[in-house]
Amino acid sequence: MTANGWFQILLFFALVLVCAKPVGVYMARVFEREKTFLDVVFRPLERLIYKLTGVDETREMRWTEYAIAMLVFSLVTLVVTYAIERLQYFLPLNPQHLAGVPADLAWNTAVSFTTNTNWQAYTPETTMSYLTQMLTLAYHNFFSAAVGIALAVALVRGIARRESKTLGNFWVDTTRASLWVLLPACFVYALLLVSQGVVQNFRPYDQAKLIQPMTVTTTGADGKATTQTVTTQNIAQGPVASQEAIKMLGTNGGGFFNANSAHPFENPTPFSNLLEMFSIFVIPGGLTVMLGRMTKSPAHGWAVFAAMGALFFAGVLVAYYAEAQPNPLMHTAALHVDQHTTAAQPGGNMEGKEVRFGIANSALFATVTTDASCGAVNSMHDSYMPLGGLVPLVNIMLGEVIFGGVGAGLYGMLIFVVLAVFIAGLMVGRTPEYLGKKIESYDVKMAMLYTLIFPLSILGFSAVTLMMPNLGLSALANGGPHGLSEILYAFTSATGNNGSAFAGLSANTHWYNLSLGFAMLIGRFLMAIPVLAIAGNLARKKLVPPSPGTFPVHTPLFTILLIGTILIVGALTFFPALSLGPVLEHLLLHAGKAY
Amino acid sequence: MRRNVVTAILYTLVTTIIFGVAYPLLVTGAAQLLFKDKANGQLISENGTVVGSHLLGQSFTTPAYFHSRPSQAGSGYDAANSGGSNYAPTSQKLIDRMKTDVTAANTDHPGTEVPVDLVTASGSGLDPDITPAAAEYQVARVAKERHLSESAVHDLVAKHTQARQFGVLGEPRVNVLELNLDLDHAAPQGTMK
Repeated sequence: MTANGWFQILLFFALVLVCAKPVGVYMARVFEREKTFLDVVFRPLERLIYKLTGVDETREMRWTEYAIAMLVFSLVTLVVTYAIERLQYFLPLNPQHLAGVPADLAWNTAVSFTTNTNWQAYTPETTMSYLTQMLTLAYHNFFSAAVGIALAVALVRGIARRESKTLGNFWVDTTRASLWVLLPACFVYALLLVSQGVVQNFRPYDQAKLIQPMTVTTTGADGKATTQTVTTQNIAQGPVASQEAIKMLGTNGGGFFNANSAHPFENPTPFSNLLEMFSIFVIPGGLTVMLGRMTKSPAHGWAVFAAMGALFFAGVLVAYYAEAQPNPLMHTAALHVDQHTTAAQPGGNMEGKEVRFGIANSALFATVTTDASCGAVNSMHDSYMPLGGLVPLVNIMLGEVIFGGVGAGLYGMLIFVVLAVFIAGLMVGRTPEYLGKKIESYDVKMAMLYTLIFPLSILGFSAVTLMMPNLGLSALANGGPHGLSEILYAFTSATGNNGSAFAGLSANTHWYNLSLGFAMLIGRFLMAIPVLAIAGNLARKKLVPPSPGTFPVHTPLFTILLIGTILIVGALTFFPALSLGPVLEHLLLHAGKAY
Repeated sequence: MRRNVVTAILYTLVTTIIFGVAYPLLVTGAAQLLFKDKANGQLISENGTVVGSHLLGQSFTTPAYFHSRPSQAGSGYDAANSGGSNYAPTSQKLIDRMKTDVTAANTDHPGTEVPVDLVTASGSGLDPDITPAAAEYQVARVAKERHLSESAVHDLVAKHTQARQFGVLGEPRVNVLELNLDLDHAAPQGTMK
C-alpha cells in the first residue's frame, strides 16, 4: 500500500461527500415537484410524455397500485428486449451481421437488464448488435435505475407522510428520475468520457495491420495443433460512451465490451476511472441527503451516510491490503518474479489488472462496484487474492446497502434501519418508533421477509448447483475452494442484482441462464414488494410525539447500531459458506497449495 | 389492469425514442463534432495504413521490440474479444503459464527478477501499457538487438513514460505500441543485422 494509493482513495470519497448535499437537495426538489433550473427543458417534454401515454400526473397511487404499475412496466420492457435480441439479425445497425441471440441467453439477458443486474453470460462484441445495445440494453440502464429511484422515493414518502393512503404516482416518479436526474447528467458525463478516449461511433469494426505479426497455435477438435500467422487486429467499435455513462450512473454495470471497464475503450485513463467510480456513488450518496430532507430530519440522513461510509472504508482497506501482497505461490514455485511495490511499479497481484490502474484503483473500484449494485469491473475479481475477492462477495451479501444501487441501496438500508430501531426498542422494552412512526408487527414481518428472501435465493440456488456435477460443476474454471466461490459469487451477484462475476465460470449454459435469471427476478421484485408494503403501511400511521423512551436516529449510537445490525445479519447468514470458499482458499494458499 | 398494460406499452415506446434513439444519437453527434479522433478510437496510421490504436495493446514477442504483457483476449490482443484469464491465485494453470514466461524472460535477462506485470495477463487482454520497471528491465536487450546505445533507448523509454494523470491519478506507465513504433523510426528493422 502506498501513500499515493490512499490519497487517491480519500480524494474519491471526498468528492462523493462534497456532492452528496447538492445532489440530494436537488433530487428532493425534483420529487416534491418544486421548481428546478431544468424545468424549462424538461417540463414540456414531461407533459408530452404523459399526454402520449395517458398518464394522469395528478393521480396518487396506493402501494398496491404502485407495485402493479411497476411490475407491468418491467414485464413489458422485458418482453420487448427479448424480442429485439432474438430478431437483431433482421434489424438495422448491425454492421457485423451478428446472428439472433439464442433463447435461453436472450431470456437471461432480458431479465438481467430489466432487474438492474446486468449479469452478462455472453461476450458483447461478438453477440449484441449496436441496435440491441442502445435500444434495449442502454434503455434498461436508464429505466431499471429510474424504477429503483422511484421505489426509494415511494418508501421515503411512506416514512414522511402521515395518515395518507397513497405514496405518489409510479409513472411520474419514474419519468422525473429519468428526465431530471439521469438524462442531463449522462449527456455531460458521456462527453467527458469521450474527451478521455471512450469511443462513440457507429463504424464497422476496424482492421489494423500488426507491426509484429503474431504466431498463434490452436488445438483443433481432432487434437491436432495448427499454427497460424495473425497479421491484423480486429478493433471493435460502437456507441460506447453514451452507454458507459448510464451504465455507471444508474449502477447497472453491463459492459459494452466483455472486459467491461477494464477495456481501454470503456475506461481509457485514470481520470475516466475516477469519474466512473464517482458516478456509481454520487446518486446513492445524494439519496441519503434526500431522505433527511424529505423526512425533515437532515441529521438522520447523515447518520445513514456515516454508516455507509464506515463500511465502505472497512471494505477498501481489506481489498487494497490483500491485493498489494505478493502471491506466495510464486515464491513456492521458485519463480524469479519481482512483486515489490516501488516507484516504478505497483507490484502485488497484477493478474487481471491494468497497469494504468495498478493495485489501489483496482481494489477501490472492486469495492465501490459491489458496495453499490453496479457490477462494472476494471479488473477481474476471479483473479483476486482470496481475501481480496472476499470483499466484493461480502459487500453484495450485506445487501448492497453501502451506498448501494440507485434507489435499491437506500430502500435496502431503510429495511435495516427498521430492524435496528426494532432491536433498540426490544433492548429498552418499549414499542419502537422510527421518525415518529410506531414500528409494529406488520412492518417487522415485511422487513424480515425482505431480509430472508435474499439468502434463501443465494444459498438455495448455490446448494442445488453444487449437487449437479454435469450442469453445475462442469462450468467451473478453477478448482479447490475457489470453485465454490465462483458458484457462490454467481448467485450472490444475481440475487443482489449486482452483475459482476468471478468470470471464470462458464455461465452461458441452459442451467445457469435459467437459474440465474430466476435469482435475478427474485432479488429484484420479490424484495421490492415488501418494501412497498412497508411504505404503504407507514404512510397510513399517525405521528407519535417523541418521548424520553424514543430512540433517536441521528446519533453516532444509532450509526453504530445500524452497522452492527447489518454485520450481524450478513455475517451470521453467510459465514459458513464463506469459510468454505475464500477463507479456506486463503489458508490453503499460504500453505502452498495449488489446484 | 388493462389501463396499466396500455400505458406501459405506450410509455415504453415513447421513452425508447428519447432514451434509446435520441440520446445516443445526440451524444454521437456532439462527440464526433468535439472529439473526432477520440470518439473513433485514436487509430494510428503509418503511410496510410492503420497499424493500431493508441489505446489498445498489441502482442510483441521478438527480442528487438519491447514486449507487452501476456494477453488472454482471444488468441492474444484480439480487440474484438476482450477478457482476462480469470485464473484464481491458487490456479495451477496460472503457475504453469507464469513459469513458462518467467523462464523465457530469465534466459534473456539472467540473474534479475521479472517485474510482475510482464508475466501477468491484464483484465482486458488489451492493456496498452507496461510499468516503467518492466520497460527498464528490457532496455539492455532491445539496445543490443537494435545496435543502439543503452542511453538512447533509455531516452526513448523516458519520452514514452506517462506520469500519473494530473500528478496523482493512476500509476506511471509506458505505452508499448507507441514506444515500439518510435523505436522503428529511430533504428528501422531493415538496418539491423
